[in-house]
Amino acid sequence: MAGGAPFPIPTGSVLALAAILFCIGLYGALTKRNLIIVLVSIELMLNAANINLVAFSKLSDKPSLNGQIFSLFTITVAAAEIAVGLALLLAIFRLRKTSEVKDLDVHKW
Amino acid sequence: MVAYAWLVPLLPLVAYIFLLCLGRRAPEGIVTGVSVVLTFLSFLVSVAVFRAVGSNPDQVAAYTFHWLTVGSRSISVGFEVTHLNALMLVVVTLVSTLVLLFSKGYMHHDDRFAVFYQYLNLFVFSMLALVISPNFLQLYIFWEMVGLCSYLLVGFWYFKPEAALAAKKSFIVTRIGDVGLFAGIILLFLASGSFDYNTIFVAAAAHKLTLGWISGQALVTLTAILIFVGAIGKSAQFPLHVWLPDAMEGPTPVSALIHAATMVAAGVYLVARAYPLFQASPAALTTVAWIGGITALLGALIALTQRDIKRVIAYSTISQLGYMMMALGVGAYAYGVFHLMTHAFFKALLFLAAGSVIHAVHTQDLFEMGGLHKKLPLTTWTFLAGALALAGIVPFAGFWSKDDIMSATLQSGHTVLYVFALVAAFCTAFYIFRVFFLTFTGEPRNPAKYENAHEGGWVMNLPLVVLAVLATVGGFFNTPLNGNGLEKYLLADGAVGVTYSENVPLMALSVVIALLGILLAAILYWRPLVKPERLARGFGFLYQLSYRKFFFDEIYGAVVVGGGKVMAAIVDGVDRYIVDAIVKLVGRVVYYLGLGLKYTQTGQVQTYGVVAGFGLFIILAIAMYRVGGVF
Repeated sequence: MAGGAPFPIPTGSVLALAAILFCIGLYGALTKRNLIIVLVSIELMLNAANINLVAFSKLSDKPSLNGQIFSLFTITVAAAEIAVGLALLLAIFRLRKTSEVKDLDVHKW
Repeated sequence: MVAYAWLVPLLPLVAYIFLLCLGRRAPEGIVTGVSVVLTFLSFLVSVAVFRAVGSNPDQVAAYTFHWLTVGSRSISVGFEVTHLNALMLVVVTLVSTLVLLFSKGYMHHDDRFAVFYQYLNLFVFSMLALVISPNFLQLYIFWEMVGLCSYLLVGFWYFKPEAALAAKKSFIVTRIGDVGLFAGIILLFLASGSFDYNTIFVAAAAHKLTLGWISGQALVTLTAILIFVGAIGKSAQFPLHVWLPDAMEGPTPVSALIHAATMVAAGVYLVARAYPLFQASPAALTTVAWIGGITALLGALIALTQRDIKRVIAYSTISQLGYMMMALGVGAYAYGVFHLMTHAFFKALLFLAAGSVIHAVHTQDLFEMGGLHKKLPLTTWTFLAGALALAGIVPFAGFWSKDDIMSATLQSGHTVLYVFALVAAFCTAFYIFRVFFLTFTGEPRNPAKYENAHEGGWVMNLPLVVLAVLATVGGFFNTPLNGNGLEKYLLADGAVGVTYSENVPLMALSVVIALLGILLAAILYWRPLVKPERLARGFGFLYQLSYRKFFFDEIYGAVVVGGGKVMAAIVDGVDRYIVDAIVKLVGRVVYYLGLGLKYTQTGQVQTYGVVAGFGLFIILAIAMYRVGGVF
């Protein structure tokens, strides 16, 4: 562990946190019936990835800021993505009068 | 002169092309004139070649030039002159000239008169070219052209359904034989590397014909028999004789040409030309002899009861061709060729005379004729000459050749075949005089037709007279009186066949047999002591057997045509229920697979996500297992 943090957090815990967050996000994305919740779950998965990026940037052989900068990019892109997603959601709701995932099955055989 | 033999087939070809250019509306006089003059010139050249060849073996020559090279083998074309084919040229051109002249009267006012002459000229050209071919390949080409021309001419009146059918039948049946000939030629080429007669015959005599899968002697026998199969088809031998009587649907001059000069003679010529090959194989010779003997008897038996004047003569041709084959088969090469020549004369005569009768009364049914000697005296006398020649009465042409054949058969030890020939000779005399008496003597059975009968003018009479003279004296080419001149002439080609001596008691016997046949015909049809109908009833089944031609057409109809239909049904079934079924099965399987799989497409994005996630999990698991990770 480089630096002199008073309470060094073990890497395993950080990664475990990210994994748990990712799993919660995945679970939500695959099971929740409301489109808004699904979008929120996807955000959770993205942020789990961000945590990993930050953790690995500190843990790699040559610690650098690359990972942290990359996570900033991800946050920006995620913001853009959620804007598009919400716009789509609104459009769908206006058209179909529903935000239930189960009802959006136009590609069913 | 021999070097100019190529002129012989060329002149009819020129006539053909000239007529082709004139078109189908050309005036009859010009069409006949050109054809007859050119063919007659061709005849004169033939005679010159024949005389030049003489009995001199040195004059035999082949003129060939390189045509193409296949692999390491070179194929040449050209022409040859031997004693055999010089004789053939004379016979073919002579008969053809007369038939061409005769056709002027017979085909007068036919809508396609010029076309008829085109075909005739092409026919004559094909036959002459076949005769002077120096190798099997060239022979085969013209062999097929002869077949084509006979198809065109037999089916000349194609608007008659019977004629169209007969043309088809003659073409298909002879094709069966052609396949055999073709296979034989290919085998010979493979074994000897050449199509040339002489190369092949030299190799055969030296036992040098071999292929990987068959020994020398068996190969010679096989190829000889395959070549003979071609001759069986072309010369209407048993069991492929069925096309010839049906070919009577063509105009009568065509029948004369086919029977005497240009078509059926080709088969006999082929065997005669390939004789060294046959001589190298006793088994093949025996086959030829037996097929010939059976055909001679069979044709004569069927001819006994036919009602159609042309059909009687057609079966007579089959029978006489059988004699020729039998002669070749027993080794009497010269006699077979001799009979080919005399037969060409008297059979052309009989057909042209029959044509003259048909031209006069417009029917072919013997039982609608009668008493015609008053109306057609010239036809009567010429037909009588032909009939006597066919029956083999001294001193007409047929007597000399037929008796040579018969005594040769007996002397070669083929007693059964001799008996066949003797029975056939009796039948021959009977059936031809049955025709003669029914047609020319007695009272007219159909007065309306009788009244309008008249002779056909000089164009029809002249050929009859010329042929009648030849049928009468043609036999003197080869008698003990001139020291068997023709035989010596033919044997100048080399040692072919066996020489037999005349046997006077045998000759007397066959003349007596023939006279008995004539006598029987006379007491049945001329001065009826017995009613023929009673005799026919007395024979019952045997009469029907002959009248129905031994049921050959019915048997072939059932076996070959029926068999073909069964085969077609089987093939159809295989195609429909096996091949098609497999194709359909593939389609069905994929179709039902798709039908089943479509239910996985629920449109639920989250379900897809679960499946994709699960799949990813499995892939990761496998990957980690393989790198020896945590699993």
